[in-house]
This record gives sequence, C-alpha cells and structure tokens, in this order.
Amino acid sequence: MTEDEIRAAYLTALTSVAPDIEAEAIGPDDHLQEDLELDSMDVLNLVAVLHKALGVDIPERDYPQIATLSLAVGYLGRRLAG
Amino acid sequence: MGLFTMPSLGADMEAGTLTEWLVGPGDRVRRGDIVAVVETQKGAIEIEIFEEGTVERLEAEIGQTLPVGAPLARIRGAGEATEPEAAPGTEVVAPEPAAPETPEPQPQRPAARGLAASPAARVLAAERGIALATVTGTGPGGAILLADVERAQAVAQEAPDPRAGMRKAIASAMAKSKREIPHYYLAHRIDLQASTDWLSAQNAARPPEDRLLMGALIARAVARAAALVPAVNGHYGEEGFRPAAAVHLGLAVALRGGGLIAPAIRDAHLLKLDAMMAAMRDLVARARSGRLRSSELTEGTITLSSLGETGVEVMAGIIYPPQVALVGFGAPRPKPMVHEGVVTIRQSVTATLAADHRVSDGRIGARFLLEIDRHLQHPEEP
Repeated sequence: MTEDEIRAAYLTALTSVAPDIEAEAIGPDDHLQEDLELDSMDVLNLVAVLHKALGVDIPERDYPQIATLSLAVGYLGRRLAG
Repeated sequence: MGLFTMPSLGADMEAGTLTEWLVGPGDRVRRGDIVAVVETQKGAIEIEIFEEGTVERLEAEIGQTLPVGAPLARIRGAGEATEPEAAPGTEVVAPEPAAPETPEPQPQRPAARGLAASPAARVLAAERGIALATVTGTGPGGAILLADVERAQAVAQEAPDPRAGMRKAIASAMAKSKREIPHYYLAHRIDLQASTDWLSAQNAARPPEDRLLMGALIARAVARAAALVPAVNGHYGEEGFRPAAAVHLGLAVALRGGGLIAPAIRDAHLLKLDAMMAAMRDLVARARSGRLRSSELTEGTITLSSLGETGVEVMAGIIYPPQVALVGFGAPRPKPMVHEGVVTIRQSVTATLAADHRVSDGRIGARFLLEIDRHLQHPEEP
C-alpha cells in the first residue's frame, strides 16, 4: 500500500466513525482527542474499522501512534510492511 | 378510544415537529411499537406508543410543529366500535393558537399538503424557495402568515448555530433543577489500579471489536451500587419521591460541537460487562446520529456523567429532573496514593455525587459512593 492509500484509508475510517467531521478539514497534526474531539468510544471504533479495512490489529498501547494523521500514516505503513 | 399525543421527552421539551409516520389508519399497534419520528431540540426521536389497539385516524401531518400534549392519532382499543367518519375537510388538526391574531384572509379548506397558509405567504414562500412545512405559523389555527415566511427567511439567513436549540433546552432543564432541587455534593477518590490492570490484560487478548472501555466498568459499578441504595435511584414528582425498582442508567453523551444528551440504558444493574459495553456503544452511536427512542429519554432513574480520558479531575454536576442524583467521574490520572501502607503511584479517579437533599442526606450518599468504589476494586466480578 502506498502512503497515499494509507492516508485515504485512515481518513475514510475516521469520517465513518465521526461523520460530522469532513476529511478535507483534518490537518496532518490534528490530534484525535484534543483537536477533533473524539472520545475513547470513537477511538475504539476507529481502531475496529482500521482492523477490518487494513487487517492491522492495533494494540491498546499503540493507540497514541495513530493519534494524528501523520503519525498514523507512518505507523500503519510500518505495520503493513512488517 | 385512546388519544395518542405529543409526548414530553423531558423537563426541557415544549414542542416537537412530526417528521415521519411509521403507521397509518387501520394498522394494529402494540405497547412499545415505534409509530412516529419527531424532531426535537435533542435531534430526531423515535416515538413509542404505550397503548394497544388499531390506529383509527392520524391527527397530525408531517411537518407540523406541535406542543406537548397535542393529539397525534386516535387509537381504537380492542372491541371498540369504529368511529363514524369525520366530515371531510375537517381532518387537519392544527396546534392551539397561542392568541387570536390579526386575521388574514384564510382559505376555507386545507390547501396542498394540508398546511394552512395565507395566499400571500404561499406566493412569497414559493418565490424564495422556502418549504412551508418548515415555517411555524402564528395565524389562526396555526396558519402561516406572510410575516411568518419573512421571519423564517431571516432566521435561515442568520445561519443559526444548529446547537442553539439544544443549548436552550439544557439551560431550561438545568435552571429548573437549580431552582427546585436542594443539591448536596460529595467527592471520593477511588484507586483505579485494579480495574486498569484487569482491563489492559483483557483487552490485550481481545480483537478491537470486542475490547472494553473503563467507562463500561464504571457504568456497571454505578448501576449496581444504585440498585443497593434506593434513595438515589428514582423520580421526584408532585407526590414526592418514588424510588425505582430497576436502575435505568442515564448516560450523559457529549455531542461534538457542543450540547449534551442523556439517554438511559434499561435495567443496567442486571447487565454483565460485555452487555454493558454493547449497550453503551449502541446508545452513543444513536445519540450522535439522532435516532434515540422516546422511552430512552424519559426512563432514566439516575445519570452518570464522565469527563473522558483527557478531561479534568472533578465535576460538581447538576441533577437532571425528575431524577434525584447525578454521578460524575473525572479523568483517570496517576496519583500518589497510600496502597498497603506505602505511598505509591496508582491510577485513580475522583467520583462525585450531586444528590437531592429532599430525598437523601450525606450519610446515604457516602454509602453509595463507597459502594461504587467497592465494585471497582473487583473488576473480575461477573
């Protein structure tokens, strides 16, 4: 998967769990909880959608590594490659 | 013959707009059936019926904004005779006029779509592309006047905050609570390390779909503790306090962009952890997408408000009437605590109770908070 594909998959997952957020409005360093106002239930739903879409099971201790778009693209790229 | 009316969905609701009928004349209905969808300040709510019978006649039309108590439909009970047909042309039931106002020429019969509106109002609405169903009429019988269309357009142009209605509803319920309920407050710091460790171990072995949140452990503890302390669980009405036999746990759900809604999980004291988690997931999703059921907004017997993982430590909440207690949970934090005689860093959380002094006092409230604490020390309990 290319970086762009991962980015698109992450944004699709994020807007599916938080339909009131628009993909274009999400900056690379916007924090899920602090900037986008996701709560722990939303984050868990996001992890579940990413698991389904990409087959990557993100353990709880790695949640901080998907907290922004740019962090997530790097982390998911490494997990998909490894 | 039963009359099915616009229900009150809380101390803060005055009116609702009918947006969908899910039944029609001749349909059989049973207690608990969802029969209509009403748009309120809390979003679209699925309205349940609490009667058995057959729908005789619909008394309200899609798009009408009706006050609480206005007739929506007539329901014929089993064995009752069919009502004689009403005279044609008199079927439209409009909301009660607030006060007689300047009469403009009115069409004598309900016009297209059954909405009463003056000819001038119709022309203007058509010119400006405003749907008449979205305009609140102030004329006789709720008829839409020219001024109503102008006002509707002005409001639309101001592009009001969609949450403004909800803010108003929260303001009115909370002002009523502060005016009428003598609140007292208690706070208690709970050692959350046992629950935190147990949860991490559980979740490490579960796929994301099956993982649990600390919120579910907290909700279970609150519901089970409330079942043991009747004086915090129930409704306060005109005849005083009525304790509830079951715990229907209201869950304060924050909406992105502001606003709050507290739908209830039925029989929460009986739920095991996975069932509690599933119920919370479902409720939060529907609260956000706006498809809650009317009973979920009215049945809550106590409310839990959690400030989330990244929030502050302590909240002093306001009771949601007619309930008599609200439990607040701050954000869990690592804190120096004395554990087995030694000061160590432990994950902790501060629980607060706002309770109604007409019903309980500090000693009972303290017992309730300590009971919550006890449950959180035993996360493994079934």
